[in-house]
Amino acid sequence: MTQAVEHQGIESYISRFEEIERRSATGPGAWLLPIRKAAMARFCDRGFPTTKQEEWRFTNVAPIARAEFAIAPRGNAGVSPADLSPFLFGPRGGHRIVFVNGHFDPALSMLDALPRGVSLVNLGKALADETPPLQAHLTRHADYRSEAFPDLNTALMSDGAFLHVAKGAVIETPIQLVFVSAALEKSLVTHPRVLIVAEDSSQVTIVESYVGRSREPYFTNAVTELVAGENAVIDHYKVGRESDGSFHVGLTHIHQHANSNVSSFAVTMGGGLTRNDITTVLDGEGCNCALNGFYMSGSGQHVDNHLIVDHAKPHCDSREFFKGVLDGRGRGVFSGKIIVREGAQKTDAKQSNMSLLLSEDAQVDSKPQLEIFADDVKCTHGVTVGQVSDDAVFYLRSRGLDEKSARGLLVYGFAHESIACIRPDPLRKQLTELLFERLPHGRLFKEAG
Amino acid sequence: MLHIRNLHASVDGAEILKGIDLHVKKGEVHSIMGPNGSGKSTLAQVLAGRETYDVTEGSVTFDGKDLLEMSPDERAREGLFMAFQYPVEIPGVSTNYFLRAALNSLRKHRNEEELDAVDFLQIVKDRASIVDIDARLLNRSVNEGFSGGEKKRHEIFQMAVLEPRLAILDETDSGLDIDALRIVADGVNKLRTPDRAMIVITHYQRLLNYIVPDHVHVLLDGRIVKSGGKELALDLEEHGYALFEKGSTGARLVTS
Repeated sequence: MTQAVEHQGIESYISRFEEIERRSATGPGAWLLPIRKAAMARFCDRGFPTTKQEEWRFTNVAPIARAEFAIAPRGNAGVSPADLSPFLFGPRGGHRIVFVNGHFDPALSMLDALPRGVSLVNLGKALADETPPLQAHLTRHADYRSEAFPDLNTALMSDGAFLHVAKGAVIETPIQLVFVSAALEKSLVTHPRVLIVAEDSSQVTIVESYVGRSREPYFTNAVTELVAGENAVIDHYKVGRESDGSFHVGLTHIHQHANSNVSSFAVTMGGGLTRNDITTVLDGEGCNCALNGFYMSGSGQHVDNHLIVDHAKPHCDSREFFKGVLDGRGRGVFSGKIIVREGAQKTDAKQSNMSLLLSEDAQVDSKPQLEIFADDVKCTHGVTVGQVSDDAVFYLRSRGLDEKSARGLLVYGFAHESIACIRPDPLRKQLTELLFERLPHGRLFKEAG
Repeated sequence: MLHIRNLHASVDGAEILKGIDLHVKKGEVHSIMGPNGSGKSTLAQVLAGRETYDVTEGSVTFDGKDLLEMSPDERAREGLFMAFQYPVEIPGVSTNYFLRAALNSLRKHRNEEELDAVDFLQIVKDRASIVDIDARLLNRSVNEGFSGGEKKRHEIFQMAVLEPRLAILDETDSGLDIDALRIVADGVNKLRTPDRAMIVITHYQRLLNYIVPDHVHVLLDGRIVKSGGKELALDLEEHGYALFEKGSTGARLVTS
């Protein structure tokens, strides 16, 4: 792989890969090695993306390429259950698997008494045990598009979560996957990997959280593959609460079989640079998918949500509803691509992206794209970027609210409309609380919900 | 209570109100009628404090205080209320919360105790019957997804909760079918008190079959061209505005 060294900043990743290569040449997980090799080769070929590439035009990852990140040593870096409790919910913190700096932490996890039909283990163990459905699915979905970051994750992943929901199982309590970054001195990189397989006619809610407790900048390069079997119902939440100044690049790739119903909600409230790629392939008739999201971006923050909905089969509905509130010198990017394949008739796809700018210096770039190869389809998209409406401010003031309260309430309402779509009560309440803390004059509206 | 003297107002340099004089005593109901573009809504908006209009001349006093000096919210806290012609939708904010925040800002101004959710609910129940409003509507976002009739009823409901001393109804009847119109008018009639004055702005005489005004004014081209009792509305119904157009601006009409 010497030809690749021309790309900036990839040497440390190459040496890390060589280490993995040596270790896993024999024994369990050997089947993965050729896949890792191919991914690494592609990554070395291309290096990190640059703003010259269309899909990265508005998001500059040069700071990631330039920085030196180390792999964290094992150990929980002093993270205690109390540190985690603000991010958890449910009795005793709920069913969860917890990782600290990329390493599975059994003490912080709660894997006993899982509901019937649920199997939740760390990927390291699943690989060692050669758990059957793992091999059929892991890496089989997410190299769709072969982007640099997922390739890097595939090459270098060492741990993560494997959630399997048995055919017909209906799981009432949310399953939480928690990834904590708690760098001590060095800047760390993790490549967390998640595989979720919900078999036919199962139902489950998953909350995947990325939590930062670090003053050092760090880099999370996450990939989640989610497979929805026929008629399965999945609610997936990705909650980004990384530390200031951190880098988070994550792909959530969803593969839907016939009549499955998947909703995904990506909320980003924290971090420095965040890029969420969310892609879904509707690979059977009668699928429903809803990709929703909300983010706040202030000075020093850049939040990029990149969506692809691939209507591969007829009679599927997709809905995208993303909102952002930008303040200070915050940046936001939205890119939403809807592909309707030949023969995917009766597709019904709607997309909406709304951004509220609270300052002169905030900036948002929004790019809807439709690629339609069928003729009997409904596709609509809408983009709004603006400030709170003067009409609405006047309406509230004419009822006695002072200007500050009126503007604050309108911003709250804008954000809350999105957060209100979150179904698990405790998660919705947690995030509503965060709105009160983060929004201008938010404290005034604590009871507005 | 309200004294408007020689009020001129313009938007983007175009003069819309060209010298309005109007005096409203407490307990009175005044109706202002006029065709589209005569300045009816501008008058309402100027009184409520909309900043897109420039008042270029004249004065307005409300209980002796200079109304034009006050911000829109100060006017509301002093007891002025406008029912909007086009109520604004506010996604993500429940009607209940919005109204309680509004009422509490008024109560605070009057040095009354702010109401908690439970006390407020009592008031809501008490007033909801006035305009026959579905209490479930109040859990929805403000005006969002309300039908045209629900929006107008909601405006009158707000008036019932906020109990203003002067209410301006800006074309509250427009677009309503006869059943909705009766409900709205009925609500307004229940809110008529000896202390509360109302200015009812309308395009159609029909509303005045249900809300019987003490005074009727005809607004044309930014001026009140005729004032009279409730029978003036019937004249209008019969003859239309042309009658007054000739009377007021005959010279211009002749030359044109």
